[in-house]
Amino acid sequence: MSAPATPETGDLLYSDVEDDLRASVRALVEKQAPWDAVLRRTDTDDAVDTDLWKRLTQEIGVAGLAVPEERGGAGASWREVAVVAEELGRAVAPVPFLGTAVATALLLGTAEDELLASVAGGERTAVLVVGATRGAGRPVPVVERQGAGDLLAGTVTAVVDAVTADVLLVPVSATEIAVVEAGADGGGDGVTRTTSESLDMTRRLTDVTFDGAPARIVTGADVDHALQVGAAVLASEQLGLAERCLADTVAYLRDRHQFGRQLASYQALKHRLADLWVAITQARAVARYAARCAADGSPDLPVAAAVAQTHCSEVALLAAEDGLQLHGGIGFTWEHPAHLFLKRARADALVLGSADHHRTVLADLVDLPA
Amino acid sequence: MTTTEQDGRAPLRSVSDSPPDAAALARRVEEFLAEHDPAGTDAADFLRARFAAGLAWVHYPAGLGGLGAENGLQTAVDAAFARAGAPENRPRLNVIGLGMAAPTILRFGDDAQKQRWLPSLWTGEDIWCQLFSEPGAGSDLAGVGTSAVWDGDAWVLNGQKVWTSMAHHARWGIILARTDPEAVKHRGLSYFVVDMTAPGVEVRGLRQITGEAEFNEVFLTDVRVPDDQRLGEVGQGWAVAQYTLMNERVAIGGGTLPRESGAVGALAARWREHPEARTPGLHDRVLRLWVRTEAARLTAERLGQQQAAGQPGPEGSGVKITYAGLNQECSSLELELRGEDGLRYPDYTERRPEVEDYGSRDAGWRYLRFRANSIEGGTTEILRNVVAERVLGLPAEARADKDVPWKDLPR
Ligand SMILES: Cc1cc2nc3c(=O)[nH]c(=O)nc-3n(C[C@H](O)[C@H](O)[C@H](O)COP(=O)(O)OP(=O)(O)OC[C@H]3O[C@@H](n4cnc5c(N)ncnc54)[C@H](O)[C@@H]3O)c2cc1C
Repeated sequence: MSAPATPETGDLLYSDVEDDLRASVRALVEKQAPWDAVLRRTDTDDAVDTDLWKRLTQEIGVAGLAVPEERGGAGASWREVAVVAEELGRAVAPVPFLGTAVATALLLGTAEDELLASVAGGERTAVLVVGATRGAGRPVPVVERQGAGDLLAGTVTAVVDAVTADVLLVPVSATEIAVVEAGADGGGDGVTRTTSESLDMTRRLTDVTFDGAPARIVTGADVDHALQVGAAVLASEQLGLAERCLADTVAYLRDRHQFGRQLASYQALKHRLADLWVAITQARAVARYAARCAADGSPDLPVAAAVAQTHCSEVALLAAEDGLQLHGGIGFTWEHPAHLFLKRARADALVLGSADHHRTVLADLVDLPA
Repeated sequence: MTTTEQDGRAPLRSVSDSPPDAAALARRVEEFLAEHDPAGTDAADFLRARFAAGLAWVHYPAGLGGLGAENGLQTAVDAAFARAGAPENRPRLNVIGLGMAAPTILRFGDDAQKQRWLPSLWTGEDIWCQLFSEPGAGSDLAGVGTSAVWDGDAWVLNGQKVWTSMAHHARWGIILARTDPEAVKHRGLSYFVVDMTAPGVEVRGLRQITGEAEFNEVFLTDVRVPDDQRLGEVGQGWAVAQYTLMNERVAIGGGTLPRESGAVGALAARWREHPEARTPGLHDRVLRLWVRTEAARLTAERLGQQQAAGQPGPEGSGVKITYAGLNQECSSLELELRGEDGLRYPDYTERRPEVEDYGSRDAGWRYLRFRANSIEGGTTEILRNVVAERVLGLPAEARADKDVPWKDLPR
């Protein structure tokens, strides 16, 4: 029963390399996926912008940043992954980056080098098949193996980034993963994928059913760790989204006049924006800290990820909700981007565990028991 | 290869050379400590010698307690002295001197003023106070009415200041006074240093909600202030005061801020020690405050890193707003956890408080004292204006006092 020790903080700033990476991603995304293009896509069946994903992975190499060079990646770290996540969050870009991050964290702990290299290079995408709201710190449900072994049966609902995945990574025990070829368009052997309309139209959920799907069993996978890394990356996505909402709202309130004044000159609105800005400076600090813990293999990652998720979930949601409110009626229309951010922020606050889930996990980690 | 390189030591640089880096500073501290044993040296002598060696505030210029080094290098120097058991320069008592008066003197003082005030300020021999706020001018500081009138060989000051912390300990005070009531309010001000022992300065304790008298009212009656105690030009007092206030930021402290430091520490300790008081509702509130405090801590850490890297961010105002709120909410919830105990209060007797760590005070006292956190040093509302206008670039408040002589403003 004592106060937790204070871990090393590490570097919370952005390096020049990270700034350059950000600039490249932003330039590509602004050109390829401006918000109106993202919005138009939501009315189609092509939920994922596969073209953008190809360019992100092949021109910039975003899928291999955290993978060492000798295993086919770029040899950067989770810090750089987090910077990319900020930019993709800012654009609510419909690409399977988050799912790839989680899968990569998982594969890094296994001997699946060939698969890892192909994911890092963007040739294939892989996804961890657990429900979207599962967070680290609690055992995830496993899919049953049939008979002696290598066939799967069961259903996992609401999986993120599984729409276009080539390879499914399915937890079958606490330390084992089944690698399943997903097959093209909906299903491989014994696999059925059903993608449904989702609250977040830019990141649709897929139900995956296995019925005698052939699998290869891999050991050494640490699902919990992968989910923690995912939480750290997601926090940066939320940060990017929140910053975008604040910037858009500031621009709008400066531009719009009512009662013969700029709306941005009303103190009630200024103070709301100031509070949001303060919350975002904190979101940046916790997201950077979580990313650096993931990058350095810090033993504080479980705490850092939980703090980052709790905090960034609430900040992104506040930014999106206040942003919509302060746009007035225009913010409620389909043809305005505010709802893209709102839906992503609302969903993100549940993805990889709700704030409440992470607080409960923290209670154990920092010895503040119920 | 020169001799000094052979024995692994860089040559000792003269003060005109490029400023020392971390390694050179560490070596200087080591050499200094070898010559001045903290245990065997009188505290005041030790501090004066440390100042003379340029190891007081290393980013200050040579000859004024520094070596022109980078700002961020101070932390390591302080830590090395602390490890060696060196005496402290009364940093809590002289928070206004060190944090606000000193940078202002450095920026606006002439050579004689710097030599006169900085050494005894840094060593803590002279405590400083800040005579800014008045009954009629707090947030709207540029409205101060204390007058300074030139009288042949000195300025004569008359007026009343209020909420002046440390005035009863102070030898010197920085003061904002009106030298031209005909001018528009921001332009009619000048900035002086007042000798708190001069005739006509009267300090009266002002009792606060904790029962104690931590701050004061200061009455100035025909106080004569020589012109060589003016900082900045006549009529430029507002610019000087702005500079002082800019330095009034949260002390980020040296090194890593401990997890659970501040008001949440007492709250968490109480939670751990009293399982019988736990309920699910309270648990959720404790965890929320814990997370917010950790986020604030990391934000302060990041701000410190930015400052050390020479990229001062505007995050300081945000950090102040955040800590004020957290101190208030944590101490309030702590009282709730205490139940009946939370209803008792140790002592409302009027007295001068010890300047000490808040953590060692009673929960009720802390709850009350933290109410001031969102008032002192710029209210939370004013800081929100600062963030909105200076950081987000939103339009300034509509104002009615821009083009009117100060004497004609409604009061
Ligand atoms: C413990 C303590 C120690 C202090 N120490 C010192 C000291 O050493 N030296 C010194 O000079 N002063 C000191 N002060 C004074 C402090 O700086 C002032 O109290 C503070 O600036 C607020 O001014 P005020 O009290 O006149 O309140 P007011 O300015 O009258 O404010 C009243 C309320 O109105 C709000 N308000 C004011 N203007 C605006 C606006 N434009 N927009 C929105 N809201 C607004 C304020 O936020 C506040 O809530 C101290 C105060 C305290 C509590």
